[in-house]
Amino acid sequence: MSLLAVEQLDARHGLLQAVRGVSLTVQAGETLALVGANGAGKTTLLRAIAGAHRPVAGRILFDGADVTAVPAYARLRTGIALVPEGRRLFTGMTVKENLLVAGAYGNRGAWTLDTVLDAFPLLQRRLNARAGNLSGGEQQATAIGRALMTNPRLLLLDEVSLGLAPIAVEAVYRSLEALKKGGATIVLVEQDIGRALGVATRVACMLEGRIILSGDARDLSREQVTEAYFGLKRAQRAAS
Amino acid sequence: MIWVSQLINGVLLGGYYALLACGLSFMFGVMRIINLAHGDLAILSACLVFVIADATGLSPFVALVAVLPVMALIGFGLQRFMLERSLRAGMLVPLLTTFGLAIVVENGLFEYFGADSRSLAPYIGDFAFDSWALGDNIYIGSLALLIFAVAVVLLGGLKLFLSHTSLGRAIRATAEDPDTAELVGINARHVYAVAAAIAVASAGLAGVFLAMRETFMPYSGPTQLIFAFEAVVIGGIGSLSGTLVGGIVLGVAQTFGAQINPQGFLIAGHVVFLVVLAGRLAVGAVQARGGLLRVFPRRPISPP
Repeated sequence: MSLLAVEQLDARHGLLQAVRGVSLTVQAGETLALVGANGAGKTTLLRAIAGAHRPVAGRILFDGADVTAVPAYARLRTGIALVPEGRRLFTGMTVKENLLVAGAYGNRGAWTLDTVLDAFPLLQRRLNARAGNLSGGEQQATAIGRALMTNPRLLLLDEVSLGLAPIAVEAVYRSLEALKKGGATIVLVEQDIGRALGVATRVACMLEGRIILSGDARDLSREQVTEAYFGLKRAQRAAS
Repeated sequence: MIWVSQLINGVLLGGYYALLACGLSFMFGVMRIINLAHGDLAILSACLVFVIADATGLSPFVALVAVLPVMALIGFGLQRFMLERSLRAGMLVPLLTTFGLAIVVENGLFEYFGADSRSLAPYIGDFAFDSWALGDNIYIGSLALLIFAVAVVLLGGLKLFLSHTSLGRAIRATAEDPDTAELVGINARHVYAVAAAIAVASAGLAGVFLAMRETFMPYSGPTQLIFAFEAVVIGGIGSLSGTLVGGIVLGVAQTFGAQINPQGFLIAGHVVFLVVLAGRLAVGAVQARGGLLRVFPRRPISPP
């Protein structure tokens, strides 16, 4: 049985329908990359899975249980954690406090303050700095660490490389590789197709709220994904 | 010498204002709600203690221990059933809601207690007017000192609670970003209700001390609200240590004003409040225009 199953999900922002009848499954230990242009509905889909956005139709099953109506704070305890777009740290609090506040309300498990700091050594000396004063890379590490503190079984990452220096992106992806080796199940949103194909076991491409291409990362070529990304085929079909 | 005495009295009076302002500041800091019923809830608590002390002969301090959990419960329910709903309708609606609540509380108390002035002072015996003499002409009231000590302990304790307990950190996280707080497992609704419970209980504590210090009646709430507001604005909104400083500045201004002229008590407090407010606005306006040098350039930017 798959760890996560999304069935015919519809989500709206007012009149705008951001996600249209999306279905997908994620197996335990898998890394699924969601790619697509801005406004394709990736972030809304991720937020709906985390419980931060209430869908208008469809179901979300986690570990076989229907969690569609479970609020975000309770869904976290079933084992779904989201690293939101733009990191959204508690900027008035220290790095340590950001990590501890998540640890106190999440599940107990292998991830503690010590193990998170082992995974992100750059946070060690910034522990008592205000989260608002960190560099982008340090902030992203804190945001991922904060999600790990809740010991999730499914980690959702929304554009972890956004606004980071290339060297910081490298560091973040190195730590993701380490998470994958540890058997983590990850769904990530990534704009960079090359990076998505590199890190993921499966890739799903979204366009205007729908998944229009999905498959094994090894079987998909960069060209196929690029085509789907911009909706080129459809545009050609419409033109002819 | 009289000025030293008045300074001490002013500082101690400031402790009461800080205690009163604590909940108002806290509620605004966490939920962005300005609770216009804050003063009336303080008076409600004083009335409850008065009823218990009057009916049973218990010391008001004992009655206070019974009333504080009731006030906390009122705060919890208020948030859960009234303010939470009004918050969904925007910033202005909670303000109107608490304004309405203030009227309901005032008139409810008037219905039951009438317009008589009451005081808890007769119920605490000598403690109401006991004092220590420090040298010539300097006296420290024991009740005033107690109130000041409670204010320092409450504000300090709240500060420690917010930075060193997981519930405290959850309150700060929720205050900053309730949506993200939910994403790390915090039930923001519950946290808000707990914060409201703390705020209303602290208002209740201040109300009972007011009733021990002086007289009160059902319509005393709005005056106390104004003092609390002034202390919060002078000290800086949302800062707990600032609230203590703001209370003390207000208290000292009032006692000094009263020393200059018996009518000067309120006026001096209001003037200091207005000066601080105008100063903050001016500093804010200058910063918004890019600093003092931009507003008042040393040389004209373009020669005439």
